[in-house]
Amino acid sequence: MATSDLIDRLVTDLAPVRRGAVARRIALGIVAGVLVSTVGMMLTIGPRPDIGVAMATGAFWMKFAYTALLAAIGAAAVVAIARPEGGVRNAALAGLLVLAACALLAMLQLTGAPALERPTLIVGETAAVCPWNIVILSLPVFAGTFWALRGLAPTRLTLAGATAGLAAGAFGALVYSFHCPESTMPFLAIWYTAGVAIAGVVGGALGRWLLRW
Amino acid sequence: MEERLRRLMAAALDGNAASYRTLLAEVSERLKAYFLRRLGRDRSADTDDLVQETLMAVHSRRATWDRDRPFTPWLHAVARDKLMDHFRRNRSRQTVPIDENDVFFAEDGSGAAEARLDVGRLLDAIPQKRSDLVRRVRIEGQSIADTAAATGLSEAAVKIGVHRGVKDMSREAGVEGGDGDV
Repeated sequence: MATSDLIDRLVTDLAPVRRGAVARRIALGIVAGVLVSTVGMMLTIGPRPDIGVAMATGAFWMKFAYTALLAAIGAAAVVAIARPEGGVRNAALAGLLVLAACALLAMLQLTGAPALERPTLIVGETAAVCPWNIVILSLPVFAGTFWALRGLAPTRLTLAGATAGLAAGAFGALVYSFHCPESTMPFLAIWYTAGVAIAGVVGGALGRWLLRW
Repeated sequence: MEERLRRLMAAALDGNAASYRTLLAEVSERLKAYFLRRLGRDRSADTDDLVQETLMAVHSRRATWDRDRPFTPWLHAVARDKLMDHFRRNRSRQTVPIDENDVFFAEDGSGAAEARLDVGRLLDAIPQKRSDLVRRVRIEGQSIADTAAATGLSEAAVKIGVHRGVKDMSREAGVEGGDGDV
């Protein structure tokens, strides 16, 4: 086919594009994923029974703040990497900063506690299931971010997949924080971060396969 | 130049077909120069394919260009992606055996020597019209529709031509009844 014929065809097919189309598509994928994830959490493991009391504690809101910040940064990073020339340097810096702040608070809490209590501060009672529950709850969001990126134009596929995975992991962690009974900073810094990181690694591994266009 | 392309693209996203046509025409010239520089003169057929692939990508992914950002870096990133795909495809074309080999050697017990069968020689040995179709569809991986458009044949004629071409090649290779599925 001659290039001029192709141009004719493409011009005929032209439809207007609204401003913010990229962000809107990604928001749609994420919101749908978070809804499914939340309903899934409510119907299976359920919110923690003492949620009313817990919401009056600082620990609950620390978990909320950590996961919500990571999720917001992750969503912004997915928007950035969805463009062919996009990069995630700023988002990566912001994410590391939040992680560093959380780790610092965890260290302070650890060093301020009696030596005998430290292991409990770290593993709590649910360390063995926490990262995996986060990964499972991130799956619907994972589907949402990957669906969104598949219709956009990422060119660095492994990086894009990892970004989509990390963002999904952070949203999964946010949903999980409404179930999670733990209340220490070391637990949050280690096991929540682990869950988010696993989702990121899985996303990175799948990016090359799922995001090609 | 950047400013001009950017204005055209912004108008195109608002639905202005005339701006879009001008933009695509200018972009295709720039892409042609870009790919020629990187592939060399002797690959001008590939260059045309890449230009068209990139135009289609520009079209289908146009929503990912943000009106508040420069246009040229966006276009360059899309073109570079298509170029990388092209290199990747070509490498795999040289190292991965094409699937017609299964047809040739399905009944063949004569061993490794035959496995080096030169597909190019077989293509040369069958009628040129058919070898052209086999080359496009089975080796270069063009779609039936694109091949039909490029050769002026109907899609059914392309399918039949490829089928018969593969059959001819099987006969040339000395494989009985190996017509494969087209």
